[in-house]
Amino acid sequence: MLNIIVLAKQVPDTHNVGSEAMTPEGTVNRAALPTVFNPEDLNALEQAIRLKEQHPGSRITMLTMGLPKAAEVLREGIYRGADEGILLTDRALGGADTLATSYSLAQAIRKIGKVDIILCGRQAIDGDTAQVGPQVAEKLGLPQITYTEEILECDENHIRCRRHIDGGVETVEAPMPILVTVNGSAAPCRTRNVKRIMANKRKEFTVWGAADIEADPQQIGKAGSPTNVKAVKSIVFKAKETKTLTDSDEDINSLVRELIESNTI
Amino acid sequence: MANSYNDIPEIKFHLDNPMMPHIVELKERGFADKDQYDYAPQDFEDAMDTYDKVLEVVGDINANIIAPNAEAVDAEGPHCENGRVSYAEKTYENLDATNKAGLNGMTMPRRYGGLSLPVIVYTAANEIVSAGDASFENVWSLQDCIETLYCFGTEEQRQKYIPRICAGETMSMDLTEPDAGSDLQSVMLRATYDEAEDCWRLNGVKRFITNGDSDVHLVLARSEEGTRDGRGLSMFIYDKKNGGVNVRRIENKLGIHGSPTCELTFKNAKAEICGDRKLGLIRYVMSLMNGARLGIAAQSVGIEQAAYEEALAYARDRKQYGKEIINFPAVYDMIATIKAKLDAGRSLLYQCARYVDIYKALEDIARERTLTPEERQEMKKYQRLADAFTPLAKGMNSEFANQNSYDAIQVHGGSGYMQEYKCQRLYRDARITSIYEGTTQLQVVAALRYITNGTYMSVIQDMEGVSFGTAEQPLDPQFQPFADRLVAMREKLEEAIEYVKTQDNQDLLDFCGRKLYEMTAYTIMCHLLLQDTQRAPELFGKSLEVFFNHAESEVARHFSYVHLMTPEKLEFYK
Repeated sequence: MLNIIVLAKQVPDTHNVGSEAMTPEGTVNRAALPTVFNPEDLNALEQAIRLKEQHPGSRITMLTMGLPKAAEVLREGIYRGADEGILLTDRALGGADTLATSYSLAQAIRKIGKVDIILCGRQAIDGDTAQVGPQVAEKLGLPQITYTEEILECDENHIRCRRHIDGGVETVEAPMPILVTVNGSAAPCRTRNVKRIMANKRKEFTVWGAADIEADPQQIGKAGSPTNVKAVKSIVFKAKETKTLTDSDEDINSLVRELIESNTI
Repeated sequence: MANSYNDIPEIKFHLDNPMMPHIVELKERGFADKDQYDYAPQDFEDAMDTYDKVLEVVGDINANIIAPNAEAVDAEGPHCENGRVSYAEKTYENLDATNKAGLNGMTMPRRYGGLSLPVIVYTAANEIVSAGDASFENVWSLQDCIETLYCFGTEEQRQKYIPRICAGETMSMDLTEPDAGSDLQSVMLRATYDEAEDCWRLNGVKRFITNGDSDVHLVLARSEEGTRDGRGLSMFIYDKKNGGVNVRRIENKLGIHGSPTCELTFKNAKAEICGDRKLGLIRYVMSLMNGARLGIAAQSVGIEQAAYEEALAYARDRKQYGKEIINFPAVYDMIATIKAKLDAGRSLLYQCARYVDIYKALEDIARERTLTPEERQEMKKYQRLADAFTPLAKGMNSEFANQNSYDAIQVHGGSGYMQEYKCQRLYRDARITSIYEGTTQLQVVAALRYITNGTYMSVIQDMEGVSFGTAEQPLDPQFQPFADRLVAMREKLEEAIEYVKTQDNQDLLDFCGRKLYEMTAYTIMCHLLLQDTQRAPELFGKSLEVFFNHAESEVARHFSYVHLMTPEKLEFYK
């Protein structure tokens, strides 16, 4: 029997970016973008549901931080197989970078209590930092396995995972409890279950604010975020910026020289 | 993300029908289940929201798993080894998805673990799945055989089998034999009572059994030794766990490759009787067949939809003589007609499903308490309507599926003849729909009595009271020409029926049956489409025009043909 936490994030659907995706000021126009369950968090949820199937009696708690609307990902998770949902929402938590976000999530996990495994997607498609999972593990003093494709074995004491690495895979073992980030190449999440939809349409979630997780005001929200975003730009590469090379020695030498000069290699 | 339910507003339109409050009320009976089951609806709005969400799940699975897998399933097909069948690899992926989504026991009561959904919702799910892969629709929708076990089995059998089907076990109905196809009275598979083991034993061969290696079979067998007709047949339940049935071979078919069609050998297979002896064919198979025919009608509509999508997409994309081919009258004629048949056929399908819903729900209430005289009358009325509409919905839609997939290839030109294009699979898959669960010719036979006894005519007259406006809601003048045309069609139909009846010749009636059947079906579909258009002109306005033109010309053609026929002229056809 495992206590499983899945960290999920509601993100703008960057696969459906229209012309209004960016504001004239160069920031993301969140109002114009539909929101989705962060794709790799769904891969993480599938691993969690499989663990629950292998360990009857296990419980999956979904944890998300965001606007009240982010509760949609909790409901989606429950439709697919999670048991509970906790929404971390508070104006004081807004504007957080990965450092403040991971602190807030770690505080919430401490409040949840006993946990065997925390699963989350490798990264979110809005920021693409892949920092939150590892930082949560560090803050909780837990070991971590990143880029996981499949949990091969797991009991209350140890876990064995297959990781995606450059050019191949590797299998690693670690002690429990642990935080595991799941790669997009892992099994896709199963669809919603119709009985779970029927039973949980009106389910209410636990809602926590900054005070509930006993957060230090200096470590949350904007105050706790050393990162400053200067501007966000939508850059579309155009054909004129590309260069076609032949396989002649001359062309290859010229490319290598250019890369060295620009400190790329 | 693509969704085969959300992307087709016509399906949702048929779910939001004025008959739904009554259907939900009969089905949910004061929403009493809500105190016992956390997944039962609280009220009408909640029930409708649930149906919507269930179909959204079906639409998601279809668009993102079943439809993308269809080509591989078609190419691989199932395998048979050592008497057992295994599906194509991607069929297992489809089954895994539908099982995890809990799309089983769709219409079964909650007390057995079912979803207790109305037939119309299950029918919509069937249509959606079929549009993705008609062969997978077969495997998945055979779960509906459980309805017959629920209606006629003992309480002990219900408790034993229904939860298993709700958990995803598969079913088959084992009826056909080498010498008993359309004529099921000739079934010879022998059922003998085993005194020592206190059970029945089945021996013999079944052929053309769809999904024949399923977990739970309903088997038609001869329990009365020495008999030769339908009165000697009973219905049995065979549980695969008991063994005794092997798959000798699977058929190599033109289409629906993913659906295993099996020849089965029964060797002393242990079985339980379902219902009463001797009622196997005359009562239970008829019930089983009506459910299955509605399923094939839904499967056909799914193929019609897929054919429309393929034809439309290709015609918009393909350029010849400097423009997209959809701009040529010869091409947009085909595409508009495909869509019009789809809209009219779909309307007929869901009208039939609503009739089935009302009578089935009342029949179910009758299992708990005695019906009031009004309720009994309502049940009889809707049962008659369901019995009359099922052969229309099945026959017409299976023919439309064939016509639409044929035309979809025609729109593609030479490319449509190539394996690379989906329309050739649709064409192959469609071909069986007008054959199995009773050929179109047998649908005509089933409908003929309602043509001659005036059942359809009284339905048409009732429909005139709705389609042509009521005191509260008079007909919008823009639709008056359609009302006038419908009256003329009905008069032609009446005259044609009268003409054939006055000839007083059974062979002539059978000969002209198909023409009268189609005239009836076209008139009814025109009514339904006129009603639909009044509620949603933006969805059906164009199809109304196109379908009326098509239907009216078909009715006129059949009218002429029928009047050319006399009993003497039958000799030229022999």
